Amino acid sequence: MDFLNGIVALANFVLIPAIAYGSQLALGALGVTLIYGILRFSNFAHGDTMAAGTMFAVLTTWGLQAMGVSLGPLPTALLAIPFGILGAAALVLLTDRYVYKFYRAQKAKPVILVIVSMGVMFIYNGFTRIVIGPDDQRFADGERFVISARDFREMTGLAEGLALRTSQVITVITAVVVVAVLFWFLNKTRTGKSMRAFSDNEDLALLSGINPERVVLVTWLIVASLATVAGVLYGLDKSFKPFTYFQLLLPIFAAAIVGGLGNPLGAIAGGFVIAFSEVGITYAWKKVLVYFMPPALEPEGLVQMLSTEYKFAVSFVILVIVLLFRPTGLFRGKAL
Amino acid sequence: MKTFLLFGLVACLILGTGLLQSWNSALLILNMGLVSAVMALGVNLQWGLAGLFNVGVMGFVALGGLAVVLIAMPPVEEAWAAGGGQILLGLVLGAMTIVAAVLMWSRTSGRVRGWATGGVLLVGVIAYRMVLDPAVDRVEDVNPALAGYLGGLGLPVLIAWPVGGLLAAGAAYVIGKTALGLRSDYLAIATLGIAEIVIAVLKNEDWMARGVKNVIGLPRPVPYEVDLQNDPAFVERAAGFGLDATTASTIYVKIEYGLLFAGVLIILLVLSQLALNSPWGRMMRAIRDNETAARAMGKDVTARHLQVFVLGSAICGIAGAMMTTLDGQLTPGTYQPLRYTFLIWVMVIVGGSGNNLGAVLGGFLIWFLWVQVEPIGQLLMTLITAGMADGSWLKLHLLDSVQHMRLLTMGLILLLVLRLNPRGLLPEK
Repeated sequence: MDFLNGIVALANFVLIPAIAYGSQLALGALGVTLIYGILRFSNFAHGDTMAAGTMFAVLTTWGLQAMGVSLGPLPTALLAIPFGILGAAALVLLTDRYVYKFYRAQKAKPVILVIVSMGVMFIYNGFTRIVIGPDDQRFADGERFVISARDFREMTGLAEGLALRTSQVITVITAVVVVAVLFWFLNKTRTGKSMRAFSDNEDLALLSGINPERVVLVTWLIVASLATVAGVLYGLDKSFKPFTYFQLLLPIFAAAIVGGLGNPLGAIAGGFVIAFSEVGITYAWKKVLVYFMPPALEPEGLVQMLSTEYKFAVSFVILVIVLLFRPTGLFRGKAL
Repeated sequence: MKTFLLFGLVACLILGTGLLQSWNSALLILNMGLVSAVMALGVNLQWGLAGLFNVGVMGFVALGGLAVVLIAMPPVEEAWAAGGGQILLGLVLGAMTIVAAVLMWSRTSGRVRGWATGGVLLVGVIAYRMVLDPAVDRVEDVNPALAGYLGGLGLPVLIAWPVGGLLAAGAAYVIGKTALGLRSDYLAIATLGIAEIVIAVLKNEDWMARGVKNVIGLPRPVPYEVDLQNDPAFVERAAGFGLDATTASTIYVKIEYGLLFAGVLIILLVLSQLALNSPWGRMMRAIRDNETAARAMGKDVTARHLQVFVLGSAICGIAGAMMTTLDGQLTPGTYQPLRYTFLIWVMVIVGGSGNNLGAVLGGFLIWFLWVQVEPIGQLLMTLITAGMADGSWLKLHLLDSVQHMRLLTMGLILLLVLRLNPRGLLPEK
């Protein structure tokens, strides 16, 4: 019984939250890695692209809610995602047209593009805050839990409850679908193949008649979709606050680099590595350990390696370790 | 000539503030302008001279601020008695753990390696937490409303400035050692991370500098206004200028700060200028312009980058210490990347990267704009919303969002300068 209770506690407090968070990070990191692979710079505006896309979705959600539209037990925000994507796509395409294109034509050094993306980040950031304000916004509705901790306890008779929130289930399902579609697109369709060719060797791709502007356009569209989906899922799971999305930049970049910049599979793996370490290191393990240890050895403290305020430090430390020992990332990205 | 004109313009702007608004606000802008100019010098050293992209200026500035607390505040005797030594012991244990892990990693090989290093780390972390945690709890329980931290060394506050530089240099060394020599973007991400972590540590480690409870009443290198007002000789002299004692004392204090800051700025500017024109500076620019060629000529690019990165960060640390001294308090909650990292970048790029005078000019000019954009934005929004019905939803919303205009304006300035005049106001020669 103790063993089962321990497993349930572990799943409830560590595994489920980490899987949900990992999926969100993976989607974010996929966006970063695609831009890196095709446009060849680290996009610092990605966190704020997520924030902007989510903002469009939140506004649409409010509109739909006001009109009385709902998805029943599912959050209305799912219906709003396409509108969010449209908004984000318009935003990034305008930015590309008026900002990045100039530097692409000039073949500017990547570091210049990074600085430019920093300026873009500011503009997005200011734009989001002007439209929706800097505060926390809640936009989740529908059924909160698939299984609440109490129901689970009654169902199984265990002492520990297992709460499964709707947002977590939706996150995982959406992430799997999005990733599957993305990989199908990259590997099977003509446009996807041309994107990979372009990322692999730009000159060769140009020689074989691939239209670079089209590749860039498609990339931005995909990135806008990924960013919006990731942002909405994160917002449903936690809450929407522009500054938090800016801060997500660090774990997202850490995930992309850990996996190997420019490598989509790596981005997904990296997202989960970062999420599991973050949750695992900042979780107070006492609650789980009491079930596995004999009472005599029961730990006195909380057995928490770091307090939750330092969760960004975790992604940073992992990043540093990877940079020190394997700068190309786990999956050998195109970096270095 | 252009340099002279542009600096004249900035002087006119500040004098204008003095004449139109008040001399106190003009001096405030001048003092923060001086601090900003020092920060911009540091970033210019890294970006302008070496092409290194440091997005963690905020972290180095905050470390400088921490130095002021650690050096200048009087020690809290009770806290030291309660657990000061034990905290130090804990920190030493933590450092030893890292050293031991590194040694273990380099001395062993094969499969043993990972497990042994992991084991050393695990044991070290447990020992470190067992020593540190109880001591921290005891220290933070000492008079939490006023103290709850170890205090500083009680030394003169001016010593904190170079120490702030040293702290920042230490952090920069660790970061540079890991991230330099790899892709240029990696340094950006690593510095972004270290800045967030420094702020997180400052906010949460209450035993060190009281965290978000802030340390106030830091010692000052200049006299207090109240003392001046009670000094008959000073009041008499103020009356000679036709000023009342209160205004005169605030202005006097600000001028003294200004002189101190100007001294630091001039010393650093002269040093940077000498460095720029020395063979070392030439080598740095050669590396920046063509890394491969410089490497082929036998220059150790990574080591030189590390050197200039540490130096630039140290300057940012000095500026951070100066700023905290001017504020008289350390408030970790107010450190925002926008204000302390990106604003400095805008200064360097607008001023002219690679040109020290340009960075200084950018520091003054952008700081002036930063302070004055708010009233201008307010005015603009009032104009835009003038035609709307009073109390309408949109009008209130727009008036509320004036403060976020700063973000937009700074981003726009950065993009426009990069696009239209990438060499800045005072281009590199």
